[in-house]
Order: sequence, then structure tokens, then C-alpha cells
Amino acid sequence: MVDVIVFVISAVIVLGGGLGVVLNANPVHAALSLVASLFGVAVLFILQQAHFLALVQVVVYAGAIVVLFLFVIMLLGVDETEDLKHEPLPYQRPMALLAGGVLFVMIMGGLFLSGPGGSDGAVALTGQSAATAPMNSEDSNIVQLARDLFTRNILAFEATALLLTIATVGAVVLVRNQGGEDLVVDEPGTSVG
Amino acid sequence: MNLLAQLEPAPVVVPGIEWSYLWPLIVLSIGAVLLITITSLVPATRRQGFPAAFTAATAIIAFAFLPWMSNRLDDIGGRVLVVDGAMAVDGFTIFVTGVICIAVLLVALLLDDYLRREGLDGPEWYVLMLLSASGGVLLASAEDLILTFVGLEILSIAVYVLAALHLRRSESQEAGFKYFVLGALSSAIFLYGIAMVYGATGSTSLTGINEAIMSVNDAGLSPLRESSMILLGMALLLVGFGFKVSAVPFHVWTPDVYQGAPTPVVAFMASAVKVAGFAGMVRVFVVGFGDLGDDWRPLLAAMAIFTLLVGAFLAVVQTNIKRTLAYSSITHAGFLLVGVHAAGSDSVSTSLLGSKAVLFYMISYTVMIVGTFGVITVVGGRGDGNHTLDAYRGLSRRQPLLAALMAVLLLAQAGIPFTSGFFAKFRVIAAAAEGGQYGLAAAAMVAAVIAAYLYLRVIVAMYLADDVPVTGAASADHADDDHAGGDVAVPAAGAATGSEIRVPPSVLVALVLAVAATLVLGIVPGVIDGALSDGATALSLLRP
Repeated sequence: MVDVIVFVISAVIVLGGGLGVVLNANPVHAALSLVASLFGVAVLFILQQAHFLALVQVVVYAGAIVVLFLFVIMLLGVDETEDLKHEPLPYQRPMALLAGGVLFVMIMGGLFLSGPGGSDGAVALTGQSAATAPMNSEDSNIVQLARDLFTRNILAFEATALLLTIATVGAVVLVRNQGGEDLVVDEPGTSVG
Repeated sequence: MNLLAQLEPAPVVVPGIEWSYLWPLIVLSIGAVLLITITSLVPATRRQGFPAAFTAATAIIAFAFLPWMSNRLDDIGGRVLVVDGAMAVDGFTIFVTGVICIAVLLVALLLDDYLRREGLDGPEWYVLMLLSASGGVLLASAEDLILTFVGLEILSIAVYVLAALHLRRSESQEAGFKYFVLGALSSAIFLYGIAMVYGATGSTSLTGINEAIMSVNDAGLSPLRESSMILLGMALLLVGFGFKVSAVPFHVWTPDVYQGAPTPVVAFMASAVKVAGFAGMVRVFVVGFGDLGDDWRPLLAAMAIFTLLVGAFLAVVQTNIKRTLAYSSITHAGFLLVGVHAAGSDSVSTSLLGSKAVLFYMISYTVMIVGTFGVITVVGGRGDGNHTLDAYRGLSRRQPLLAALMAVLLLAQAGIPFTSGFFAKFRVIAAAAEGGQYGLAAAAMVAAVIAAYLYLRVIVAMYLADDVPVTGAASADHADDDHAGGDVAVPAAGAATGSEIRVPPSVLVALVLAVAATLVLGIVPGVIDGALSDGATALSLLRP
């Protein structure tokens, strides 16, 4: 029963946020509606016991990406409200509606056509058992993920240190001022094919 | 009390780490970190030539571990899975690691003088190259698709930066940006493929995937053989690898990036990056999807034919030597694809021949392409822009030794007997014929003949053409540009016609090493037979 109540409330938040993103004329309000929508999805993830996904959803999407959106909006000017009547690209909205409708029908079709689950309730659309971590494990999936990272995937986990080194070195080098003027001595008109 | 008991975590069993089999990887990556630490502490004026020497030493030390590892492997059956099965150390790993180390060594020798000539002294080039090389080693030995992906990213992201690192040439930045955007897209496709395969098989480890594919259910069927999900995943993985090794139709970035990127970096891209990409491809497809060969081999055959012919035809019409060699490297990728196709065969003898052909092609291609781009680095002159075919006219009279070395390397690429290129092409075509793939073998031979024309064209320009370029007007423009840039250190006219080419000792050492290796492998190809069969049998050990 609690599940249903939580689901209804967060579903309302998700849908309301989604509508807010589309219908708000003020871009800042639209971005904040996106935060609400993503937050609702995070609650839905918790409901499905996907704690790690919920955390990542809040930290990465609501925290980092929307803040980035807001930065861009602030840089471009907050005061400009968008004219919702004006379509910058012709037929953009009918196409968006069509694409959204097709996606909706596909998801619903997938849900209802895949039939009831097997004995363990986990049957993917392909008709084979879905390869997922056990839901009834004692550990939460954050713990399961952490164990996986530090045991089976420890080499890949450690190897990402090299990636971070590359990112640091690359970022520093590419923005550095090398000094001296640009060299433009490539021969003219060469490329064929 | 009950709550506390719940909070008490179960002990984490950390897998044993077999350090002794990880030494080459550790040496390469620690070398990179050490290099950047040391050079940031020492003033730039006091470390002339140090980064190159350090990088070369690192590559040699990493290489020196390989024979020792190979001996240890012989005692325990030729193959060991380390770090909880994430990485396979076997003859194949050892061979590819060796090729990557050789590429790093040769490119470090080219880079040293290039950076000084361009006024770009900085240890980052070497650091990124060493890191990229360690990513290549990971990719070649990964037994788990997650590690494959991490290795692929380490390998590529470092090279995106390297391609853009000539900060004073906008072409270089453009090349880096193009490579980055397209590479990121291909990585996303690759990752999507991994997700599909994991969803279908429930495993990311290559042996686990193979077991899942071969598993038989109660009704005596193996449902995964017809699963559209695993087919889609395989196709997406093929796209990802196809991009990295620049196979047609995923090759369009290659000529632009090769033309714009700094020439020694192109040498690294064409050698180590391509070799590591092929190594990952062989491992994933021959070991992981070995049992689904009937599904992926036709795709690969089509890719190989297009890669061979498109590369060869488009190479002929280029006037820029770097673009020419970019298309010729696409043709080489086609030959390697033919080898991979044979390596995936069901028949054990064909598979062995194919794997050996791929490995032999890797080593001979690496040394000859690094050598060729070494000559292009030298001829390119200050500004790295003197890359028309006209720049090679009459090179034999201005620089007889350089022209002779270039001629040998180009003949090797064309596949003339007494060079390694002949045996490389011969082995690939023989493997295809052994497997009954006469169409592939014929396409390879046609491509070899067409490609030979373009190598001979450069050789003719070097030896038979007049000194004075026909397109004098264009060269005069160059001279003016150089003057306007205030670049008085190099005589402007000399830079344009290339008459003032200077061959620094380090580059000469690299070129002589490359030519010597090309000739030795061409006259006594048996010297690396032991390593070849170790590498090839390691792959077949896993096959059912």
C-alpha cells in the first residue's frame, strides 16, 4: 500500500515536472521543473530498490547536468522568455509529438506483449531470463556494486586511474599558451576523396 | 544488537593479483607517471632529450620482461588468467605487447627532434604515448569486456590529445577535434554493443560469453545462437572496432586526421593504436564469439573487401603523402581483416594460419609504417607542412641515404620479396586460400597490385624526377609565407623545395632499426616463428 502511495506521488511529480519543462516560457523555470522530474524518477528508483541508480540520478543529473544547464541559461541572459507560439524549426512539434507517441506505443506494447514473468518474475523481452543481480540479496545493491568493483572488476577499476591521468594532462596541455605565432604552411588545395 | 549485526559487513575477498605477469603494463604506466613527475621538478633547460631517452628506456624495460614471462608461461601451459580472470596473459598478449613496445621506442626516437624543430618541447607527448601504450596492452589482453572498454578508452583518449597537441598548427587542432568527436561516438556504439551482449549472455567475460553461447537447454537447443540481441551486440562491437582500425565504411576520419595530426603522432596511431585495436578485435571475436563465426565472418569478409579496394583506389589519386599513406594504411587494415577472418575459422589449421598471419602482419607493418612516417617527419620540415609528393622529387640526389631507406620501406609496404611486407601479405593470402576464401584472397591480391603503384610513384619521384618542382608557383607561395612568418632560422626557399633536409641522429637510428627489421623479417622470417606459434596457439587453446 505504501508502495502505491509513494508511486502515485512521485509519478505526479515526474509528469508534472515533464509538463513544466515543455510548457514553461521562462527557461529557468523549465530547468527547475527538470530537476523536479529527475528527482521524482530517483524516488521511483528507490522504490525499485535500485539505490545506486537513485543516488547517481540525483548527483549526476539533478546535481551536475541541470546546474550546467542553468549556467548556460544564466550566461545567455535570464530575462529572455521564449515565445511558445513561434516555431524555430518548421514541423518540429508535430514530429516531436509523433516520435513521442511511437515511443509510448512501443513501451506499452513491450510491457503488455511480453506476457507474465516466469517463476522468478524476471523475464526480459527476449524471452530469456534477465541477467540481473539478485533482488532478494541481503546486501543493498550499492554494497553489491562496491563488492563487484573491488573484486571481480578491480583491474578495470584501477585502470580508470590512467584515464583520469590522461584527462588531467590533456586538459592542462591543450589550454596552455604555447607561445610563438601560428604556423600555416600546409600546401594549398590537396584533398581528393 | 540485531541492527548492529546487520550493519557488520561481510568480508570482501580481494582477488589475488599476480604481479609478475603484470610487469610490462606496470612499467609502461608507472613510467608515464614518473616521467611527468620528474620533468615537472627539473627546469626545462636542463632536460634536453631526457623525456625521449626515458621513454625509450621504459619501452625497452617493458620489452625485456616479455621473454622471461614467456618462459614462465611455458611451465604452466602457456596461458594464465590474472586478477580474477579479468586479463589473460598468453603468447598473444606477449607478442602484441612486444609490438607496442617497439612502436613506442621508435616513435620516441622520432619525437625528440620533431619537438625541438617545432619549438614544442614538452614531456606530455611522451607521457600520453606511454599511457596510450598501456591502454593498448590492456586492450590486447582483456578477458572481460569491461576491461576491453577501459583499455580502448585509455588507448584512444590519449591519442585524441596527441593529435591536437601541435598547438601552433590549426590543422592539428582540427584533426584532434574530429578524431575526438567521431571516436567518442564509436566508443558509445561499442559500449552499447557490450550492454547488448551482457543482456543476452549474462556475462561480460569472454569465456563466460562463449560458454553461454554454447550452452544447451533442456530441449537440446542453444537459444542464444538465434538471439537477435547477441547478433546486434556483435554488430555494434564490430562497428566500434572497425572505427579504431579504420576499416571501410568507418574510415572517413582517417585521411583528415592523418593529414592534420603531428607526423610522429601519426606514426604512433598507424602502428600501436591500430595493432592494439586489431588485437582486441581478435580476442573478442575469435575467443568470445568464436562459436558464432558463421554470423560475424561474412560481415567481416565484406568489410575486408571494401577496406582493401577503397583504400587502394583512393590512395592512388592523392597528392599529399600523408593522405596517401592514410589510405594505404586503410588497405593494410584490409589485409589484417582478411587474416582475422581466417583466424575465426572453425577449422583449427586455418585458424592457426590466420592468427599467425595477423601477428606477423602486425610486427612487420608496425616497423615499416613507423619508419615511413619517420622519413615524412624529416622531409616535412619546420612547420610540419611540406607533404606534397613534389617534396620527394629528386630526394635521392639531396639525401641519398634517406631516399634509400624510404625506398626500402615503401617497397616493403608494396610487398616486394626480400622485405617483411612480402611474407606478411603472403601469409594473409595463404591463410585465406587455406580456408577456401578465394574471393578474399583475390581481392587482397588486386589491392596489393593497385597499392604497389602508389608506392612506386613515390620511389620514381625520389629517383627519376627532376629536382625542380613543376608546381613552382605553389612553392614560391610557401616561401613567401615562411618569410612573412618571420621564420629566418630555416632558409625559406629551402623549406619549400626541401633541399635543406636535416636528418638528426636519433631519427636516423630509428630509421635504420626499422629498415633492418624489415629486411631481417623479409630474408629470415623464421626468426620469430616461436613467438608467432605461441601467440596463435594461445588463441586456439580456448576454442572448443
